[in-house]
Amino acid sequence: MANSYVLMTILACGFALWLLKVVPLILAKAFRFPRPLVQFLSFVPIAIFAAIIAENLFVYHPGAWPGINWENLLAAVPAVITAVVSKSLLAVVIVGVVAMALIRLLGWG
Amino acid sequence: MTGDLSFRAGLKDVLPTVFGYIGVGLAFGVVAHTAGIAWWLVALMSLIVYGGSVQFVLATMLAAASPISAMLVSAILINSRMSLMSMTVAPYIKEESLLQNIMIGTLLTDETFALSMNKVNYTDHKLKPAWFHAANVGAYLVWMLATVAGALLGGLIANSNAFGLDFAAVAMFIGLLYLQMIGDRSKPLGRQAQVVVIVIAMMYVLMRFFPGATAMLIATILGCLIGMGVERTHG
Repeated sequence: MANSYVLMTILACGFALWLLKVVPLILAKAFRFPRPLVQFLSFVPIAIFAAIIAENLFVYHPGAWPGINWENLLAAVPAVITAVVSKSLLAVVIVGVVAMALIRLLGWG
Repeated sequence: MTGDLSFRAGLKDVLPTVFGYIGVGLAFGVVAHTAGIAWWLVALMSLIVYGGSVQFVLATMLAAASPISAMLVSAILINSRMSLMSMTVAPYIKEESLLQNIMIGTLLTDETFALSMNKVNYTDHKLKPAWFHAANVGAYLVWMLATVAGALLGGLIANSNAFGLDFAAVAMFIGLLYLQMIGDRSKPLGRQAQVVVIVIAMMYVLMRFFPGATAMLIATILGCLIGMGVERTHG
């Protein structure tokens, strides 16, 4: 693989992704968001977190219904319980990783 | 998490995300190494492209000698949700200078966005550049180092998933979702749970027709619209 080809890809994609993140902030400095947009955006955090989690619980099969990622679904159970009990992000992450390691060790996945 | 918005607090708050970056970063480095990408190009990609799922897709497409235009379209599709995130962050940092806004936006990720939205529940809905830069730069450096380590160790790590580190990022979002639901007092818990359940159900249906990243964008937009609709009818 030619290094120049990889480099061009990196520069092109990097610039596009930078614009995606920065342009909304520049627009927000210039204009006041209308109320409906503010209300819409207030749901973005939970909607995006739920979508990210769901994407990891399902497995995409082109042209068919998604499968279930059993490994992730199983490991999610102790993670959710830890979140409710401890309310500590670090605890959730550690319990989740240990649970996943155990699931693989036991071959449950 | 506390109401402290100092640089130090930012470094402390970003700690739980570090495990996710190390797990996913190592895995990406191994994948990139296997795809035949030089380690210094892996470092450059992490510094310039800086997007987990985008980088995985790029490594796969580069190995298949895809045209740059196709990779560009894929990258934009996968990361278009970032625009929603930076729009959501915007009101909290509107009073800061344009340069500060650009610097914060440049290094914004799913994870630091999530942290910032959690943080405002403790800070009376305020964010400060010092806190944001600490979280952003911490995440940025850890990601870059983890991907380079993965690329250099490449063949040595036969199965980088063996330790469950790859689940760290998912676990973190589970924790963040729960903390967000109980922390955001501006919405009743029931309404938030409703949106979460609807988004997950929509993801299942959407992933029948679209790959994960596209499904995520559509489900998020529909989820926000539905949440808005419920809020408007119930006040």
